[in-house]
Amino acid sequence: MASSELSRALQLAPTDNVVVALADLSRGATIDVAGVSLSLRDPIKIGHKFALREIAAGERILKYNCPIGSATRRIEAGESVHTHNVRSDYLANTTPTMAVPP
Amino acid sequence: MTLPLIGYARADGRKGIRNLLLVVYLVECAHHVAREITRRFESKDVQCIGFAGCYPNAYAQDMLQALCTHPNVGGALLVSLGCEGFNRTALASAVSASGRPVHTLSIQTCGGTRATLEAGQAWVAQALQSLRAEQPVPMDWSELSVGTICGGSDATSGLTANPAMGVAFDLLIASGGTAIFEETGELIGMEELMAQRARTPELGQALRDSVAKAARYYATLGYPSFAPGNAEGGLTTIEEKSLGAYAKSGQSGIDGLIKPGTRPPKGGLYLLDVVPDGEVRFGFPNINDNAEIAELMACGCQLILFSTGRGSVVGSAIAPVIKVCANPDTYRRMQEDMDVDAGRILEGRASLAQVGQEIFELMGRVGQGQATCSEALGHQEFVLTYKQFVSAGPACLPV
Repeated sequence: MASSELSRALQLAPTDNVVVALADLSRGATIDVAGVSLSLRDPIKIGHKFALREIAAGERILKYNCPIGSATRRIEAGESVHTHNVRSDYLANTTPTMAVPP
Repeated sequence: MTLPLIGYARADGRKGIRNLLLVVYLVECAHHVAREITRRFESKDVQCIGFAGCYPNAYAQDMLQALCTHPNVGGALLVSLGCEGFNRTALASAVSASGRPVHTLSIQTCGGTRATLEAGQAWVAQALQSLRAEQPVPMDWSELSVGTICGGSDATSGLTANPAMGVAFDLLIASGGTAIFEETGELIGMEELMAQRARTPELGQALRDSVAKAARYYATLGYPSFAPGNAEGGLTTIEEKSLGAYAKSGQSGIDGLIKPGTRPPKGGLYLLDVVPDGEVRFGFPNINDNAEIAELMACGCQLILFSTGRGSVVGSAIAPVIKVCANPDTYRRMQEDMDVDAGRILEGRASLAQVGQEIFELMGRVGQGQATCSEALGHQEFVLTYKQFVSAGPACLPV
C-alpha cells in the first residue's frame, strides 16, 4: 500500500515547499511524500499543488527549486497552494475575463 | 541510427518535408476568392494563407514573403483585390527570385469573383501538376528545423509533455538539426536560467533583455500571457507557467536569439522573440497559438511540436503539427487529435526519456511523409496580424 501512496504526489526538487498531485486526491487523504506523512486539508486535482510543510506569509513558493510566487498568507502543511494564497512576483494574472468589475 | 528524411528540393537549395502550393489573399476582401480556389482542389497540397489588413505593415510583408518561400512550399498564387496597401509586386518578385512559380491575380482587373476563381483554379491546376511531377530526394536531419509551442497548458504540461519535447529537442540538435522555442512572455522568471545556457555572455544579456521587454509589454497591457484555463488547470502564476514552458527547450546550450522571419544560420537551439519592439501599438503580442506557429514557420520550421494539457486541436497551414498531450485524462477524451500520449509519464507507464525518444522518432516518420493527427483531420489554421520589430543586434547570433 505504501508504494501506491507514494506515487500519488511528487516533490520535484528536494528544496521545494510544495508537491504536485499525480492524481485527483480527496480532502482528508493521507499522503506519504518526501519523507513526510500529510493529511490533505483540501481536495487536490491532478497537477495542482499542496504545501509540504507550513509556509509563512511572504515566503517564496519553490517548485523545481524555482520561485513561482510568494505566499499571501500563512499556508498549513497539506493545504492547497494556488491563486487564493499565492501571488506572482512579476505580473498578477488578471485577464479581462477574470477582472472584477469596480 | 536515424533514417534520412524525405525532402522536396527547392531551387534556392532548401528542402521541405511537404510539397504544397499556397493560395494567398493579400487583404480580407480577397479572402473568400482565395479560399474558394483552395476548396476546389480538396487537397492538403493546396492551402490558403493571407493577411487581412488593408494598411501596409513591414512585418506582415516580411512574414508572407518568408512563408511563400518556405521550404515546404513549392509555389504561390497571390490573390489581390487590387486597391489594398500590401505590396504585391515586391512579394511576387521575392517568390519568383526564390525559383518558385508565382502568379498574381487582381480581382478588380480579372472582372470580379467568378472570373478570378476560374483564372485561379486554372493556374493552380497546372502548377500543382508540375509540383507533383517532382521527385522527392533524401534529406538530412541537419536540413530540418523544428519549432515548439505549448497551447492550452495546464499543470501537467510542465511535468510531462514539455520536458519530453525538451528531450526530443536535445536529440534533434545532436543530429545536427535546428530547434526553435518561443514566447518570451511565457519565459518570465526564467531569464537567469536561460542566460546561463547562452553561448556567450553578450547573448545571455540579450536573452535577459528580451524577457524584460516581454514583462514590460505585458505590464502595459495589464496582464500576463495567462488564460483562466491555466489557473483552472493548476498553474498559479505566470512564472509557474513559464517554468513549464521553459522545459520545452531541453538541456542544450542556446545558440541565438531571433525575431520572426529570421532563419537560424546553422543547427542548434534558438529562442524566438515574439514580443514586438517599441511602444505597445497593435495589442496582444500574439492573439493565439497559430499566430506563434506562423512566426516559427517564417523562421523556416518545417515541423511543429505542440504540447497541450487542456487539449488543443489546431494544426497549421504549411508545417505539420505533432500534438503531444500532457494530461492523461485529456488524452483519453481527445485521443483522435493527439499524436503522443505523454501523460503516461504521470501514471508511471513510461519515462521522460522514453516519451522523448518516441517524439524524436515520430518527427522522423512525419519527415518521411506520415500524416500527423491534425493533418489527417484536415486542420489548416493560419493567422497573421499587425506587429512591429527592429532587427536583432549582433550579440543575438554569435559567430
